[in-house]
Amino acid sequence: MNAALDAWPYVIAAYIVAVSGTVGLLGWSIVALRRAEGRADALDRQGKNRNA
Amino acid sequence: MHRFANPARFVRLARPLTAWFGWGGAVLTLIALTGGLLLTPPDYLQGDTVRIMYIHVPSAWLGMAGWAGIAAASFTQLVWRHPLAHVAARASAVPGAVYAAICLITGSIWGRPTWGTWWEWDGRLTSMLVLFFLYLAYIALAQAAGREEGGQRISAIFGLVGAINLPIIHFSVLWWRTLHQGESIGLSGSTIDNRILWPIPIALMGFSLIFLSVVLMRMRALLADAKVEARMKRLAST
Repeated sequence: MNAALDAWPYVIAAYIVAVSGTVGLLGWSIVALRRAEGRADALDRQGKNRNA
Repeated sequence: MHRFANPARFVRLARPLTAWFGWGGAVLTLIALTGGLLLTPPDYLQGDTVRIMYIHVPSAWLGMAGWAGIAAASFTQLVWRHPLAHVAARASAVPGAVYAAICLITGSIWGRPTWGTWWEWDGRLTSMLVLFFLYLAYIALAQAAGREEGGQRISAIFGLVGAINLPIIHFSVLWWRTLHQGESIGLSGSTIDNRILWPIPIALMGFSLIFLSVVLMRMRALLADAKVEARMKRLAST
């Protein structure tokens, strides 16, 4: 390890990668879940209306 | 285990757990990362670069735990034909791949100031890269298999065979002594000073809870998609 080297740009870059990856994964999963459950609920409602 | 074979019962349980795991994981991760960035002292040899450990170690753990989950679910699918096993395995693949990628990238960023290189074809780095490619192959295979039973069985066998790479990753630092440091955290204790070590278990717990929350969300989404597909087929046939 070079003592003169400033470590913080590396530390910050690594934290940006990890945090943005985790937030991106969570955001994408939430959107995908809402879309999928929304489609299923819409079909449920359609089925109920048809039966009624 | 078969109590949760009914998707509706599973979803009823998964819904509150998703939120609990997500929020709990976010709080613990925030505590660990704040502690790791601001409260722990720099290492006597590595200086401040040691702070990368608080994200690199949990992502390495989740990259490997994700595949262990795929292997366990694949085994359950092949032996007991549990209806949710394939869904659980598929749901673990993308988050596992994301954390394997984060592990590789943060490790590379850590390597530059510590070793003087972004990449080295050493045992640990190479076996982790192989794990990432295995994830990509599994995702493609599971996607292609869809709901066809034969295809799902092939992806389950691939999930089990791919688990051979996990002990290779774990023991790589003992088998091939190159740039990557040896094991510093084990079941019997740690060689790291407690003042530097304390955020690690909190980060492991926090990231793991977030991972579980993502897996539950993806399982619920896959089950909702399956429900829609089945209903569309029924509508088309009438």
